[in-house]
Amino acid sequence: MTAPILVFGWGNPSRGDDALGPLFVERIEALNLPGVACLTDFQLQVEHALDLKDRRRVLFVDASIETETMAATRIEATRDTSFTTHAISPQSVMQTFVDIEQTAPPPCWLLAIGGRSFELGEPLSADATANLAAAIAWASHWLAVE
Amino acid sequence: MSFELETASHPENLRRVAIEPVSRVEGHGKVTLLLDDDNRVHQVRLHIVEFRGFERFIQGRPYWEVPVMVQRLCGICPVSHHLAASKALDMVLGARLTPTAEKVRRLMHYGQILQSHALHFFHLSSPDLLFGFGSNVASRNVVGVIAAAPETAKKGVLLRKYGQEVIRMTAGKRVHGTGSIPGGVNKSLAAEERESLRKDIYQMVAWSREAVQIIRSLFEKNLAEYNAFGRFEAQSMSLVRADGAMDLYHGGLRARDATGKLLFDHFDYGRYWDVIAEEVKPWSYMKFPFFKNQGPEHGWYRVGPLTRVANCDFIPTPLADRERQQFLAYDGGSAAGATLGYHWARMIEMLHAAESIKDLLNDDDVVGTDLAAPPGQRQERGVGVIEAPRGTLIHHYRVNENDEVIRANLIVSTTHNNQAMNEAIRQVARQYLDGHEVTEGLLNHIEVAIRAFDPCLSCATHALGRMPLEVAIVSRDGTPVDSLMRDARGVCTRA
Repeated sequence: MTAPILVFGWGNPSRGDDALGPLFVERIEALNLPGVACLTDFQLQVEHALDLKDRRRVLFVDASIETETMAATRIEATRDTSFTTHAISPQSVMQTFVDIEQTAPPPCWLLAIGGRSFELGEPLSADATANLAAAIAWASHWLAVE
Repeated sequence: MSFELETASHPENLRRVAIEPVSRVEGHGKVTLLLDDDNRVHQVRLHIVEFRGFERFIQGRPYWEVPVMVQRLCGICPVSHHLAASKALDMVLGARLTPTAEKVRRLMHYGQILQSHALHFFHLSSPDLLFGFGSNVASRNVVGVIAAAPETAKKGVLLRKYGQEVIRMTAGKRVHGTGSIPGGVNKSLAAEERESLRKDIYQMVAWSREAVQIIRSLFEKNLAEYNAFGRFEAQSMSLVRADGAMDLYHGGLRARDATGKLLFDHFDYGRYWDVIAEEVKPWSYMKFPFFKNQGPEHGWYRVGPLTRVANCDFIPTPLADRERQQFLAYDGGSAAGATLGYHWARMIEMLHAAESIKDLLNDDDVVGTDLAAPPGQRQERGVGVIEAPRGTLIHHYRVNENDEVIRANLIVSTTHNNQAMNEAIRQVARQYLDGHEVTEGLLNHIEVAIRAFDPCLSCATHALGRMPLEVAIVSRDGTPVDSLMRDARGVCTRA
């Protein structure tokens, strides 16, 4: 049976703070929360639209160079014109779901966690480590809400 | 011919136009054009900001970690690196694979080819092909394709999803799989996994056949433009099986000159350095490989689907081979020499991958239990070569007596195609930009030529807020005179 809540983080675990998305998912997965499914990938792709099926809520998680600490926003399906379609936005994933399933996607949030350094082989920066902790604290409330 | 437009004779008098980064390719690429006051093109270069530190990242690691680690080189073709590294380390161990190990690896590889080619055709290139090279940027993207042709786009999504499922079941996980290990695999297919995949494979074969017809019909509708677009003569290289068949997993190296004459055949890739060398140029981070006996000026070549389909004697699956014959015969062989012929060849390979998956799923070895071979004569050096979705991929390691990797050299597909991609964009610049005012639509012609090669620039960092496209036009005294900006959401503004 499909878990009602999906937490989907993306990034390359070997590229410094780009690991924030996968690390966030790893921490949530370790909590073994009932009804919560966890997925990671390097990048968002069109087929991830299929992972939204039969969910009640979805939390997308990525590192962000534009975010100071962390920011969570409710997002809507948008036929955006992202030209880097090898790495489409979560809004585009939602729109792809609408287009191929012909129904509204589940409610989705985007959790952006502030990252600073993205070089190969680097560990998580000190800022990112603190931001990750703040993001986990926020998520514990988000996941608990019915 | 090939180095025309590489370096302008008087660059100080020219305007510089930069396309940075090239969209819908992996990582960070930049194209610079030098134009005079009449918009005549004097210099065109594709610069790749390829990460070259990965080889150092591997050094000092125990060899058995490498097949897993190298997947983090690239978020788009991790399976290719996983398998090329495994093959190199098979050689270090002196291991001869069991039938189950080889067939499970092949299954994983064809899953990767299927999903990668589906992504490229349906989602990266079809916007250009369906809407036109200079069409409105607002619709020239994957969601535009879904809106315009929802059934076609949905098939693309499901083909890709199927390939990912093949990878998940053979590699153990959807990403960062561990299925292939030095000397074999650590799992085969479970009976229920095999049945789950077998249930849908006939549909995948059928959709792959449809995809070949889509690109064929696009060629028929736009024959003159497609044949001429970015066309150039080139030498070629790919792996072939001992009997000359296409083999994307293993074989010997075959190279031909631009007329099709064999330069070498069934060459043992374990000594690739005897036939291939690499040149460094000051304006690009990416090296320029060439056939050693011809030198860097004349020895460059191209790799990838177009090369593989034309270079082999036959494809060992019937539907794909029939399509191959029609492709090679089409319009007197014109499509097989066209840069946009890459798309057609790529769909023939996708069909071959689907047929190969079907055959492997009907082979009991994929559910076998003999997973790994005993080590044989240990070697200090190992070379693994595979035909990755984008072309020939070489992994080369030296491992010391403490099992640590002490040297690594990787030549990725996009590096082999470096000079060829530069040549393609120079042809496009001559054909479409020379003497015209630069517009976003014209610049996209350059990107269409690059995308035909499906380059992967070894970078999986795509944090939110990155990847704008900025085109700056600067006068001869350095004063900015015009700029075109496309932000990460694709919105274009002109300063």
